[in-house]
Amino acid sequence: MHIFKDTHFDFLRWRWHAIALSTLIIVAGVATIATKGLNKGVEFAGGTVIIEKFDQPVSVQQVRGALEKTFGQDIAIQEYGDPSLRQVMIRVPQVGAEAGASLGTTADAIEAALKQANLGAFTRQATEIVGPAVGRELTTKGIWATVLSLAGILAYISFRFQLSFAMGAVVATVHDLLVTFAFLAFFGYDLTLNVIAALLTITGFSTNDTIVIFDRVRENLRSMRRDSLDSVINVAINQTLGRTIITSGTALLSALALFFFGGDVLHGFAFTMVVGIITGTYSTVFIAAAIVSFWRGSTTRAAAHAPASTSAPAPQQPQRKQKPQKKVRAS
Amino acid sequence: MSNLRWKVITVVAVTVIFSAVGVYPLIAQRYGINSPSWLMDKALKLGLDLKGGVHLVLRVQTDDALRLTTQQDLERLREALKTRSIVVGNMDAPDTVHFTVQGVPPAQDAAFREAATEVAANFDRSAGTNGTYTFTMRPNVQINLRAESVVQARQTIERRVNELGVTEPSIAQQGTSGDQILVQLPGVTDVNRAKEIIRSTGLLELKIVEQGPSAKDALLVNGQVPQGMDIVPGLTGTPGDAGTVYYLVKKAAAVTGTDLRNARPSVDENNQPAVAFTLSNEGGNKFGRVTSENIGRQLAIILDGRVQSAPRIESRIQSEGRITGSFTTEEVQNLALILRSGALSASLTYLEERTIGPSLGADSIRSGVIASLVGLLLVIAFMLIYYKLSGVNAVVALVLNLVILLGLMAYIGAVMTLPGIAGFVLTMGMGVDSNVLIFERIKEELEAGRGVRASINAGFSRVFWTLVDTHTAALISAAFLFQFGTGPIRGFAVTLFVGLVSNLFTSTFVSKTLFELALAPRHQVATLSI
Repeated sequence: MHIFKDTHFDFLRWRWHAIALSTLIIVAGVATIATKGLNKGVEFAGGTVIIEKFDQPVSVQQVRGALEKTFGQDIAIQEYGDPSLRQVMIRVPQVGAEAGASLGTTADAIEAALKQANLGAFTRQATEIVGPAVGRELTTKGIWATVLSLAGILAYISFRFQLSFAMGAVVATVHDLLVTFAFLAFFGYDLTLNVIAALLTITGFSTNDTIVIFDRVRENLRSMRRDSLDSVINVAINQTLGRTIITSGTALLSALALFFFGGDVLHGFAFTMVVGIITGTYSTVFIAAAIVSFWRGSTTRAAAHAPASTSAPAPQQPQRKQKPQKKVRAS
Repeated sequence: MSNLRWKVITVVAVTVIFSAVGVYPLIAQRYGINSPSWLMDKALKLGLDLKGGVHLVLRVQTDDALRLTTQQDLERLREALKTRSIVVGNMDAPDTVHFTVQGVPPAQDAAFREAATEVAANFDRSAGTNGTYTFTMRPNVQINLRAESVVQARQTIERRVNELGVTEPSIAQQGTSGDQILVQLPGVTDVNRAKEIIRSTGLLELKIVEQGPSAKDALLVNGQVPQGMDIVPGLTGTPGDAGTVYYLVKKAAAVTGTDLRNARPSVDENNQPAVAFTLSNEGGNKFGRVTSENIGRQLAIILDGRVQSAPRIESRIQSEGRITGSFTTEEVQNLALILRSGALSASLTYLEERTIGPSLGADSIRSGVIASLVGLLLVIAFMLIYYKLSGVNAVVALVLNLVILLGLMAYIGAVMTLPGIAGFVLTMGMGVDSNVLIFERIKEELEAGRGVRASINAGFSRVFWTLVDTHTAALISAAFLFQFGTGPIRGFAVTLFVGLVSNLFTSTFVSKTLFELALAPRHQVATLSI
């Protein structure tokens, strides 16, 4: 059984379209973030989240009405979990002062306001109260973790392949992060710790796909000495296309299972993974290889391009048994 | 052939061992099967987000420790000057790390220096005009004090939590500046009591009352707090309220919480709950001297900056005392616990506070397990349809991967969190990646006209280094994720990390062994179901 059999798509020919599309999405994402702002989760923005289980059914509007007077418009109320559980998640931007034990006073104030509104009895299921200091520290740490993990991947691929490949992989990964951010902004998901975890996972697995293709490019560079770099890359992408689609597909199946069945806590995480897997596959095929082609572009392979003729430099004995730990020479 | 036998034995052994460690305890737990404790103790632990409990992040106000040392050394110098009959002007500590002495008489300058060198060794001394000296705490002393105060706070919290009787609490230092303490109390339901006990400074000071109780203004002399004195609010009302009474007390404490040897719940003469305490020998001597010098005056019992009560000293007190005030029985129990576990030299501030009710955690487990099963079934179905019989091979590798993952996580004592479950699901999705890569390569080799055995060998050997590369890249990001994360995210990073490692083993070694095993009985293999 084959999804793709012996394909010959000219992926590099579409690179400008791909780059245009990506740029469009990223610019739209930046614009959305600039105007609407990215919804920061309570871990980053600070604030108080409290989940209450009501004895009688209450509507989101009722809860909102009870709290708006005290806590302003900028509050989020939503049902939490199965409707039959009558659980409501309340998020307000306020926290008690970051001094002594007063951090939790806002949670008490929410409960006091709910009691006043006569919505029936309720019990506290969970609270999450985060002061502004934690959010600041987490943001710094998150940025560092992303930058360092990209740098680590860059170093590893440069060591195992060469710099142009590493640049291709890292640009593709950064692209995936930006596109995922854009989609988080479009759909208004909160930037939470779980979402950050998903983003960091994407950096790992987007690279995964890219490495598989690069590995094929490296192999083909040895066997297709007469062909241009672009056609070597195209062949490599086509050869691995079935595998790329299948693995992305199975990963996507898992992520979708999480999205639909994983519960409210994992929703943002699963959404990020779904977007990340799709854009990761797309960038592997259309972006990563294009970058390698740009980077090495016109210069290095020019000699080998020369139409197959007798004047071609005497080829070295092609290595039959490949040793990937050896760097590929450019010419 | 014998080579293959060893491979099969390895695979079976791995399966059995990891099933015993990782899977069996979970099943036994679920269905209440009696099992030896050495096996059950290793059972995979659930994180707070699944089990329910309290997660607190506190910051140690390390400035407090510096301030305390500065003031203590200032008072010690004051005492030393008194015993040497050196009369100086104003002595003051304007901030946490400096104190100044003014008006040192020129004639006694040498004697002053000698005393200062002896008492205030932790401070750099600089001389100004008119016999003024400024003392600055040495930078390395500051760093040490800050670090010590965090460690001391952590140890104190540990002692308190242990007295609370929480099972498997986790108390750790964290944060970029190292002054944060993470406290995780699984299964704790009485959140407020836990918080109160953890955070309470528990700073007990007994000080001689100069004047009071009265309104704050009445205690000031020329609008200022008199030298060597402090104004401390009483128990009623919040400080600043009209009804609050204040006491003017000596700055130097007669004894503090560190002089205590023991504290226990007790009752006072009116049968009201009180805390009885016993002083250490040294503290008792100090206390005996102070009380005998001050008979007839009031002694303020100050806890965390509030005067609890101010009984009159009837006679010399050597080693036993009682803290009275308006306490409930529970407050007395808490207070005794806090005093026993020692005071914190620095106060604590909450930065983050999470509580998860047990029912919410159970919901999360249910959704997580359902999502895992659905994901697993989808992936299995796909692999069987697409790769036919070879798909069975991939599915076995996949399931074994999960078994190893569970077993390794249980073995290293990792904690299963909700993001960790997500890590499981993703490991499944990504785990088949290696199999797909290998199978697709085998297909290619078959199409190129190679024999079945040669294709399989080529498929595995060609893809091996690719797999090492992809797994290393993913491990790099998992490692940074671990570094970045707290609590649940760490659980995710650990799952991912362990999953990647075990996947490399199952997808290459196990899967290849299965192929060899399936082909072994046949000499001539013409076709492969892939």
